[in-house]
Order: sequence, then C-alpha cells, then structure tokens
Amino acid sequence: MIHVPHLGFIVAAYLVAVVAIAAMIAVVWWDYRELVAQLARLEREREEARR
Amino acid sequence: MPNLASPTLFLAVARRLLPWLWALTAALFAVGLVMSFDAPADYQQGETVKIMYLHVPAAWLSTFIYAVMTLAALGTLVWRHPLADAAQKAAAPLGAGFTFICLVTGSLWGKPMWGTYWVWDARLTSVLVLFIIYLGLIALWRSIEEPGRAARAAAILTLVGAVDLPIIKFSVDWWNTLHQPASVFRLGGPTIAPSLLWPLLVMALAFTVLFLTLHVMAIRNEILRRRLARLTMIAAAEGDAVALSTP
Repeated sequence: MIHVPHLGFIVAAYLVAVVAIAAMIAVVWWDYRELVAQLARLEREREEARR
Repeated sequence: MPNLASPTLFLAVARRLLPWLWALTAALFAVGLVMSFDAPADYQQGETVKIMYLHVPAAWLSTFIYAVMTLAALGTLVWRHPLADAAQKAAAPLGAGFTFICLVTGSLWGKPMWGTYWVWDARLTSVLVLFIIYLGLIALWRSIEEPGRAARAAAILTLVGAVDLPIIKFSVDWWNTLHQPASVFRLGGPTIAPSLLWPLLVMALAFTVLFLTLHVMAIRNEILRRRLARLTMIAAAEGDAVALSTP
C-alpha cells in the first residue's frame, strides 16, 4: 500500500470543500423551490378570492 | 433595445443560461480534479500541495466576490440600478461560503506545513476580517425590514469594508508574514511549475463558474422574493377592499 504523508489533512480539506459547496447549492436551490411554491399558492388564493 | 436592467428579462435569460452554466461547472470540475490528482507532488510540500487546488481558488474568489459586491454597492448608491442591490445581497452568503473554505483548507494545510492550524499573521487575519464583514452584511440585511433602507445601509458598509481588499492583497508585502507572497499574479510571471500551475488555473476557473452559476440562481431568488412581497401586499389590499365593500 502506498503511504501518502498527511493524507488525513488532504482528505479533510476535500471533505470540507465538498460539504460547504453542497450546502451552498442546496440552500440556493431550496430557497428557489420555496419561493416558487409560495408564489403559486398566493396566485391560487387570489384567483379563488376573485371568484 | 431590450431593457437589460429589467428583472423580467433577467429571469428569462437566467432560465436559458442556467443549464449551460451547470454543465460547464461540472465539466470544469471534472477536468480540474483529474488534473489536480494527476499533478506531481511538490518538492517541498509533497502531496499536501493537493490542498492548494482548493485553497487558492477559494481565496481568489473570496476577494473577487467582494469586488463584485463593491461594484454592486456603487450600482445601488450611484446609478440606482434595479438589480444592483439584488446582486449584492445574493453574493454575500456565497462570499462567506468561499471564504470559509479558504480559511479551513488553509488551516488544514498549515498544520502539516507550518506546524500550526492558525497564526495571527497579517494575511490570515485580514481574510478572517473579510469573513466577519460578510457575516456582518448578511446580518444587516436580515435586521432591517424595509428593503430600500437595508440595501443602502449594506451598500455603505460594503464600500467601507472594501478597504480590506488591498490589505489582503498587499499584506504579504507590507508586513513580515508566515504566509508566502504572491506566486501566480506577480510582475515577473508565475513562480509555479506549469505541471502544478495548469491544474490550479482550471480549478480556479471551475470555482469561478460555480460562483457565477450560484450567483445567477441567488439573484433570481431575490427577484422572486420581491415579487412575492409585492403580491402579498396587493392581496392584503384587495382583501381590505373586499372587507370595506361588504355591507
């Protein structure tokens, strides 16, 4: 087996970057889905109120 | 000529652009990661140099995003561009995220290379200050309810905080720091061997396109949030009108 010095630090750095980037993507995507759902609900309620 | 400042036009352009931006981001990360892991070990750092392919692009982005926010702040205060404050507000959490990656990966590189996770060195401290400024801006937007006032206050704070950018850039020249001086963007050209430099540049491009993609998405969210607030007010007014007209 090949010994890579400081492998733990390298793996930890990549894990932190992956988790942080995934979190940024998830937050922006989740926010978008919530906003679209809220807008759709509001439009529906306004339509119902008009009738 | 179409009004390029129009939020409706922005939404239409974003819808068409985002799939291409995501594809480009994925392709650049795939190529960049293969090149990074294929690159030779550094003669001093050994394989720990692999951390640099994350740390350096994140560090560049942390200041680049703040520069974008500074331009957007000028757009808000001077030109009153309708999308400027949305662009500024959308960039702050992303700037904080990339600065966080820069600080943590730098710390994880520092322990095996310098023997410590952290030193109160001018470069490290000025980047930590930048991270705190990002958090302060996010808190400021959340604490002021009226969007116009929040945007102006955040724009002023962003312009004041921009003084940290030259401090970060030149800290390694102005003070004796443990952090190394610039090795890519310098007058005499890069001091890094091409076998290590190319993966770094591809990863930097991948990080930049990722930011651009997330920024377009986050600006779109801000536009939708404003639309939602406006519609909620209209719905409330319509509800009041119905209540008043009912005998």
